[in-house]
Amino acid sequence: MFNVMRAELRKLRRPTLLVSTILVVAALTALFTSIVYLRANSGEGNGQRGEIISPAILSQAAGLVYGFKIVSFFLGITALCVFASQTAQEYTLGTLRNLLVRQPSRMKILSGKYLSMIIFAIALVTIDAIVAISVSYGLAPHAKVTTTAWFTSAALSLLGRTFVNVLITTIAFGTFGMILGLLFRSPISAISSGVIWSLILETILAGVVSSTQKWLPGQNFDNIAQGGSLTVSYQWSLAISAVYLVAGFAIVALLFKRRDVAN
Amino acid sequence: MTSAISVTDLTKVYGERSALSHATFEVPLGTVCGFVGPNGSGKTTTIRMLLGLITPTGGTGTVLGESITHPERYLPSVGAMIEGPAFYPGLSGAENLKVLATLGGFPSARVATLLEKVGLSDRGGSKYKTYSLGMKQRLGIAAALLPNPKLLVLDEPTNGLDPSGIQEVRNLIRDLASEGTSVFVSSHLLSELEMIAESLVMLREGKVLFAGRTKDLLAAQVATLVVQPEFSVDLKKLVDIAIRHGREASVDEGAVHIVADADWSATFNRLAFNAGVTLSALTVTQPTLEETFFEMTGE
Repeated sequence: MFNVMRAELRKLRRPTLLVSTILVVAALTALFTSIVYLRANSGEGNGQRGEIISPAILSQAAGLVYGFKIVSFFLGITALCVFASQTAQEYTLGTLRNLLVRQPSRMKILSGKYLSMIIFAIALVTIDAIVAISVSYGLAPHAKVTTTAWFTSAALSLLGRTFVNVLITTIAFGTFGMILGLLFRSPISAISSGVIWSLILETILAGVVSSTQKWLPGQNFDNIAQGGSLTVSYQWSLAISAVYLVAGFAIVALLFKRRDVAN
Repeated sequence: MTSAISVTDLTKVYGERSALSHATFEVPLGTVCGFVGPNGSGKTTTIRMLLGLITPTGGTGTVLGESITHPERYLPSVGAMIEGPAFYPGLSGAENLKVLATLGGFPSARVATLLEKVGLSDRGGSKYKTYSLGMKQRLGIAAALLPNPKLLVLDEPTNGLDPSGIQEVRNLIRDLASEGTSVFVSSHLLSELEMIAESLVMLREGKVLFAGRTKDLLAAQVATLVVQPEFSVDLKKLVDIAIRHGREASVDEGAVHIVADADWSATFNRLAFNAGVTLSALTVTQPTLEETFFEMTGE
């Protein structure tokens, strides 16, 4: 399993994938965090779903992580795309047969791939944290935000919790991507269905019928990063996400184990 | 263990279609075995079953003495290139091999040696997507050699190679066989197989037509005597002699072609001499593997 993981990391660290993913994550984090701070005094919506995040709010301990967690959804979508493509391309390139000849245990292949995905997700979240906190700190004076509360133990503890939550969200989206990749066996189909569902259909559904938020996977994945919301609790999102992902992964793992590799 | 591969009644059915039907054959240990058959005859299906990629519908098999139901027991000693090379286009040739070396737990240092062995050492750092078909094929062979295999399974290894590349692969297979590696190679280049394969498995429409020694197959085919008289006016006389003695004969390009065993050439020479015909040439032509293949498969 660890050999599979190391082999997968070799593929993931290729410059075209690694550099472009890091740049996308860093750019999105910088953009979203900047919007929060640059519009903090405008009196208009500068947060998620048009929320007003004032300098007073940002001056609290939670101000340290606001920019960090606001990007969690896009971080998740990035993980979904990367892992849907990394999984499905083995079928379209025909490389799965090479992998299975060198490691016949299909469960070890899957576990190794999953472990490599978790490591990649940790890297993405770390970059997100570094960029968000740096941009927040850099723009704080401009937004008249005091940063004294950011260096308290409460803020650091919140940073740790947020890191874990954003990581869970990213891994959840990545797992969703892997499930779609194994199911569709085509990167284009897996990515398009995942992105259309999470980014468009779920957003519309949640906006039109707010009660569906509680049941939609993508909404719940992101709710974990936010630490829960007024309508859906953190614990609920964690539980329902786990149910979806464990069930989905069990089904595709069974398919992966039993299906003939005919391409 | 005397067989590198041994299958009995191996069968694979997809829905109503039988891709392989009750195939039974053996590949002797330490030999080169050719695997031939028209497209769609079940060669790749057989190879996939031997490598644990697809599950047989019926029958049994062993590879290096281990059941094909437990590929993890023998695959560490098997190198394979199935249906042509398949690698990650964004990685270099060397990186692609390192991925497989890491996966199989083989030392990465072997990558450079293998790239040199297949003539890719100067292009190992280039991205796979920039490779020509021949280079891709060479990389596929290098990947198959990664485990220092006891059994090498190659599916069309010379596809896309130029004549010198084909010769290199032929020599490589010979070298490996001389070192004791068993090679199971499928190819449409029957003339190449004839030169290197000691044994042969021939398939048609999912059924084994022949499995055994190549020379036994060729020896079982009826030879052709090609006879040239000193004077062309004697051509008809020679045809008549052959037909009178129960042989098929015809004239083609100034020579008489007689379907007969090689042993009959001396008898025919005597018969022609007795009839007052002097022969300027008498050669025995054994059918090539290609001709035998066409004859047997009806292609």
